[in-house]
Amino acid sequence: MAVKILFLGPLQDLAGAGERMVDGPLDWNGLIEAVGLDVAAKLQSEKVNVACSGRLLPDKSTLAAQDGDEIALLPPVSGG
Amino acid sequence: MIDVRLLEKGFSAGQALARFAKANPGSGGIASFVGKVRPDNDVKALHLTHYEPLTLPGMEELAQAAMSRFALEGVLAWHRVGYLQPAAPIVLVAAAARHRRDSLAAVDYTMDHLKSAAWFWKREKRSDGWHWIEPRGQDHDDLARWN
Repeated sequence: MAVKILFLGPLQDLAGAGERMVDGPLDWNGLIEAVGLDVAAKLQSEKVNVACSGRLLPDKSTLAAQDGDEIALLPPVSGG
Repeated sequence: MIDVRLLEKGFSAGQALARFAKANPGSGGIASFVGKVRPDNDVKALHLTHYEPLTLPGMEELAQAAMSRFALEGVLAWHRVGYLQPAAPIVLVAAAARHRRDSLAAVDYTMDHLKSAAWFWKREKRSDGWHWIEPRGQDHDDLARWN
């Protein structure tokens, strides 16, 4: 088991893939280190939201992902 | 009644509205909005992506919020995902109410939230490849009107 990181929207181009598997557990600092410099820079801006196991984190720095969890990195949206 | 859907395939707004009207027989007015892929800027296709665990639940919460905020009998919000051709419908929002102002305002409210507070990302294919669409400042200003 591992933690799956999903890169949504334009973040997938920056990451070079739609998803990545990393060893758990994973906290905020671990996430920053795991995603590469380009995505990390975006992630540290207020505009990118983070969900863990399908729930949006009100404060992404409290991330505490366990093996089997899915983390979604959600950049600003453009629907409608 | 609330009718919220994520659609993988094209849809007919006319048929959806006819069914919606039938499902809300007591309404004095039904307002609706259809958003389409704008056929300009040499756009060849549009690709809409979403995040399954959040997108549909978020749309359902939005529909509930519209029902609570306005005096509605029903609200409909359908949104496409996947690949779309120019002029194809992307989104359909409708609101049924006893009086017109509630239905008109509810459609405006729901569309503003779908544009800048629902979990969708779109990119368009032009002659030089795919480009992600950045959110517009205007969309956020539109959303702020409802605070």
